Amino acid sequence: MKPQAFDYQRAETIIDACQGMTHGDTRPLAGGQSLGPMLNLRLARPGTLLDVSVTRELRGVKRVNGGVLIGASVTHAEIEDGLVPDNTGGILPQVARGIAYRAVRSRGTIGGSLAHADPAADWATTLTALRAQVALQRQSTQGAVRRRLYLKDFISGAMQTVIGEDELMIAVFVPDVPEDHRFGYFKLCRKTGELAHAMTAILRGSEPDDQRVVFGALPGAPIVQTGADALEPDVWRELLARRYPDMDDVELAVRIRVMKEAFERSKTR
Amino acid sequence: MQSKNHDEASVTQERGVGARKVRKEDDRYMRGRGEYVGDMSLPGMLEVAFLRSPVAHGRVKNVTKPPGSEAQVFVAADLVGVKGILADSALPGFKSSEQPILANDKVRYVGELVAACIASDRARAEDLADGIELEIDNLPAVSDMLEALEEGAPLVHDEWGDNIFQHTLVDGDLDTVRREAAIKIEREFRTARQCMSPMEGRGVLAVWDKRLGQLQVYTSTQIPHIVRTGLCECLGLSHEQIRVVAPDVGGGFGYKGILLAEEVCVAWLAMHLKRPVRWLEDRREQLTANANCREHHYRVTAYGDASGRLLAMDTDAVVDAGAYSSYPFSACLEGAQVASILPGPYDFGAYRCSTISASTNKPPILPYRGVARTGVCFAMELTIDALARAAGREPSDVRLDCLVKPEDMPFNNITGKHFDSGNYIECVQRAVAAIDLKAVRQRQQQPEPDGRLIGLGMSIFCEQSAHGTSVYAGWGIPMVPGHEQAVVRLTPDGTLEVRVGIHSHGQGLETTLAQVAEEVLGIDTDQVQVVHGDTALTPYSTGTWGSRCMVMAGGAVARACTALASRIALIGAHLLEVPAESVKVQDGVVCSSETSGTVTLQDVARVWYLKPQLLPDNVDSGGLEVTVGYKPQRDSGTFSYACHAVVVAVDPELGTTEILDYAIVEDGGVLVNPMIVDGQVYGGVAQGIGTALYEEMPFDRNGQPLASTLADYLLPGATEVPAITIDHMETPSPYTEFGQKGIGESGAIGPPAAIVNAINDALRPLQAEICEVPVTPQRLLRAINKARTAATREAVS
Repeated sequence: MKPQAFDYQRAETIIDACQGMTHGDTRPLAGGQSLGPMLNLRLARPGTLLDVSVTRELRGVKRVNGGVLIGASVTHAEIEDGLVPDNTGGILPQVARGIAYRAVRSRGTIGGSLAHADPAADWATTLTALRAQVALQRQSTQGAVRRRLYLKDFISGAMQTVIGEDELMIAVFVPDVPEDHRFGYFKLCRKTGELAHAMTAILRGSEPDDQRVVFGALPGAPIVQTGADALEPDVWRELLARRYPDMDDVELAVRIRVMKEAFERSKTR
Repeated sequence: MQSKNHDEASVTQERGVGARKVRKEDDRYMRGRGEYVGDMSLPGMLEVAFLRSPVAHGRVKNVTKPPGSEAQVFVAADLVGVKGILADSALPGFKSSEQPILANDKVRYVGELVAACIASDRARAEDLADGIELEIDNLPAVSDMLEALEEGAPLVHDEWGDNIFQHTLVDGDLDTVRREAAIKIEREFRTARQCMSPMEGRGVLAVWDKRLGQLQVYTSTQIPHIVRTGLCECLGLSHEQIRVVAPDVGGGFGYKGILLAEEVCVAWLAMHLKRPVRWLEDRREQLTANANCREHHYRVTAYGDASGRLLAMDTDAVVDAGAYSSYPFSACLEGAQVASILPGPYDFGAYRCSTISASTNKPPILPYRGVARTGVCFAMELTIDALARAAGREPSDVRLDCLVKPEDMPFNNITGKHFDSGNYIECVQRAVAAIDLKAVRQRQQQPEPDGRLIGLGMSIFCEQSAHGTSVYAGWGIPMVPGHEQAVVRLTPDGTLEVRVGIHSHGQGLETTLAQVAEEVLGIDTDQVQVVHGDTALTPYSTGTWGSRCMVMAGGAVARACTALASRIALIGAHLLEVPAESVKVQDGVVCSSETSGTVTLQDVARVWYLKPQLLPDNVDSGGLEVTVGYKPQRDSGTFSYACHAVVVAVDPELGTTEILDYAIVEDGGVLVNPMIVDGQVYGGVAQGIGTALYEEMPFDRNGQPLASTLADYLLPGATEVPAITIDHMETPSPYTEFGQKGIGESGAIGPPAAIVNAINDALRPLQAEICEVPVTPQRLLRAINKARTAATREAVS
C-alpha cells in the first residue's frame, strides 16, 4: 500500500495552482483524507500532486454580499472550532463536528470533500440544502476564468463532478441563513466516524412551501426536493423507487425514517 | 470451594500473587519506546512486496518478471529446496494440504502469494510487483462453505474428491428424547468470517549471520520457538542454524500464533541474498489475505422438557476452514473443538454433533481469541434462550436449571471434558443481580419515549485453557505442548532473571511472572527481569496461545523459584553459620530459626559469583541458575467461566443497536493480578462486540474479498464500547500452582451470544428473531420485515 512515484509541487498562490493544473496528469492535494488512501491503494496514479493545502488564498475566509466565501482548503476542524465566521447560526460547525474523526477533520478540507463528491460525505448533502455554490477557476491563455455553480449542478454522480480537467475549486460560497430558518440533519452510521448509510438535510423557512430537503448517501448524487410536499414520505418513496429500482422496501423505509429524524431535529434549530 | 468478591480482592496484599500491580512493561509502551519489527532497520536492508493472486481459484500459467528486474523478483521455481507448509492432524480422515510458499501450480484464494519482489523500499518493491505479468487460467471458485459441500462443487484440492478437510462426529442416542421431549427447537446459526485486527500487523525481518552461519529472524509472533521449528522444516535447516526473535509485538490474538508463508519466504530471501530482508504486512494484506477467522454454521435441533430444561442437542456444524491447513494448529482445530465444547457449562443427557471442516477458496481460517468457543457459545446460548421462550420462562432461570451444579464439581461432562472447579449457578445469580434483571423487566413494561425496544440478554460459557499433552496428543497436530520450562537465574547483584519460552504482547506477563517470583522468593518485582521472545535466550516452548501462560509459565516460574530458593538457602546457611535445616528464604532474605541475623539475596549472589572463597569446599555446586519443567497436576485444562449480561436498545426502524449496560461475572480462579485480568476482559469484550455488531469480511461468489480497508471492515471504537462492570469470583483450580486458571480469551467469547440474546429479547414484541452475526442494521431490519410479512400472511389466511 504505497503510492506509485509522483512529482510533488506546492502552490503558493491561486495563480500557481491554476497554472499547475494546466499540466496534464496533475491532481490537486488538499487534506489528502480521500486521495491519500486512493494513492496508497494505487487507485489514483497521478503524475504530479499539486499541494493546495498551503495555498494562502485558498485558506482564507471572506464575508461577501449575501454570504461567506470559504476558501477551498479550509479544514473541517477550523469550521468546527469556529475559526471561520459563521453566517449559518451554528449549522456549519455542527455539521463539521460530525465528520469522521477529529484526526480526519484536522486535515480534511471543505473543498476537497466536495470535489471528491463521495455521496456519503457530510458537506455534499448539507451544503446542497444550504444552497451553497462552489467557485471554480482555471487558467486560460486570456487569464483566469472563473465560474460559480450550485452544488446540485456541480455534483453529477457518485464521486463525479463537472469540474474540468484543468479547473480548481477555489472557494465555497455559503449564503446567509435567515434567522427564521430551521435546519435539521441526520445521518445513519453504525459507528462514530463511519461513512453514512443514509442521510437527510432539511432547511425550511417560515412559509410552508419554503422547504428544501436533500437526501444523501445514495448510490448517486444527492437528491433535492423543494416545496410544500418536500417532506412527504410518499413523494420520496416514489422518487427513490424511480431513480433506484433496486432499492428494496427495507432500505426505503430506513431513508424515510432518517428524513423524519432530520425533521425532528429541525424543530430545535 | 471458596470465592472472593471484588471488594475483598481489591484490598489484598500489594506483593506477589493477587497484587494489583501497574504493568512493568507499560513504562516503555506508554512512552512510545516499544521496539517492533517495523522500528528495526539494518544496513543494506531490502523491503519485500508480494504479488498476490487476484483470483480465488485458477491455474498459474505464467509469471513473467519485469524485463531488467529479473534478479529482484522471485517465483516458485526460484525457491529451490524450500518445502511448503504442512500442518496435518492425526485425527482420522484428515486430508492433507500443503501450502506452497509461492504458488507453483494452482492458486486457491485471492491474496495467495505468487511472487516476492525486493527493492530498497516498499514503494519500489510494489512497483516491481505491478510490473509482473501474471497469466492465470481461471477456475470456478467456491466461496461458501455450504455450497462447497454440495455435489459437483468446484474442488479446492482436486485429489481429495470433495472439499472436506475433516469430519468429526460425536454420536449419541437421542431416540428416547426425540419421542418424549415436550419442546423441540430448530435453528440455523451463522457467524461471519472475521479478520483479527491487532494494532500491529505481521512483519518479519531476516538476516544471515555469517559469523555464526545462522539465520536470524525477527518476527511479530506469539510462538518464536514453533516458528523456528516450522522454518527448519520448510528450509531444511537445523535448529542451531535458526534463531527467532519476537521483539515487542503489538497484539496477537491468535493471528501471530501461525507460521506464515511470508515468514518462510523472507527467511529464504535473506539466506539466499545474504542481506537483511524485511516484509511488513499492510492493512490490506491483513484484511484480504491473511487474518481470517471465526466462520461457523450450525443447524441445531434441541430438545427440552416443558420447563425449557435442555435434554438433548443434535447439531450439524460446518466450519469454513479456507484453502489450506495452517501451521501449527491445522485446519481442524476449530472444527474438532466445536464438537467437543458445544455442550458448554451444561449438564444434559444426550448429544450428537457432526462437524465438517470445509475447504473453500478463501484464506485459511486461523484461531482467534476464544477459537471455536465464541461460535459455540453463540449457538448454545441462543438455543437456551429459544428453549426459554418456548417454555415461557425467564432465560436465566432456565440456565440455572441446566447448569452443572457446584456440588458436582469436579465434573466430567458429556464429551468427557473435566471441569476442575467452579460455581456456575452463583455466577448466573450474581450476573442477574449486577444487571438488575427485575428493573429491566419493569422498564420493558412501558414503551420507550424514543420508540426503541429494550432487551436483556445473557450468556454463560466455560473456557478450557492451558490444556496440555493429553488433549493435544489426541488431535495430533504438529505441536503438542508438554512440560513448560522456565529458567531463573540470580545475578551477581541479586536481581533475578526469569527466562520463559512464551511471549508477552499485551498480557502483562513481564509483570505477572515477576509477581510469581515475588510470591516465592520475596524479591521485589522491579528486581525481576522477565526475558522472553528469543529462542537463543529462552527455553523451548509452544508459546502463547490457549490462555495457557499464567498457568503453565506461571507454574514453571514458581517451581523454578522454589528450587532456586533451596539453593540460595544452603549458601545462606553457610554465611549465617547455622545448620541448613534451620534456614529458609523469606521476604527476599535468608533467615534462620537459630539466629536473628539474615543475609540478603544480593549477599548470597555476590558470594557465589564473586567471593567464592567465603564458601566451604563442600558447598552445593548447583549454582544460582535453575531450569524446571512444569505441568499442572492434571493437564486436561483449567475451566474458567463467565456470565455476560447485557441490556440493549434496538431501534426497529433504523436497525441500530445500542448497548446500554454490560455486566460480567468472571471466575478465573486465583487472580495473579486482578487489574491485568480486568484489562484482558475489557479488551476481549471490545472484540466480542465487534463480532456481534460490526466485523465481517464478506466475499462475493467468485471469492473476491469485499472489504479491503478499515473503512469497509468495521471495528468497534471507543464510542462503541460501553462501560463494563466486572465482578470476580475466585474459585481456585485444584490442579494449578496457585489455583489460577487461564482467562485471557474469555472476554471475547461471551459478547455475541449475550448481545444477540438481548436483541432477540427486544424483538420479542415483533416476533422477530435473529440468528446471525454481525447484527447489521440490514440484517436486523430484514428479520423484522420477515416477521411482519409472516404475521400479515397469517392474518390474511
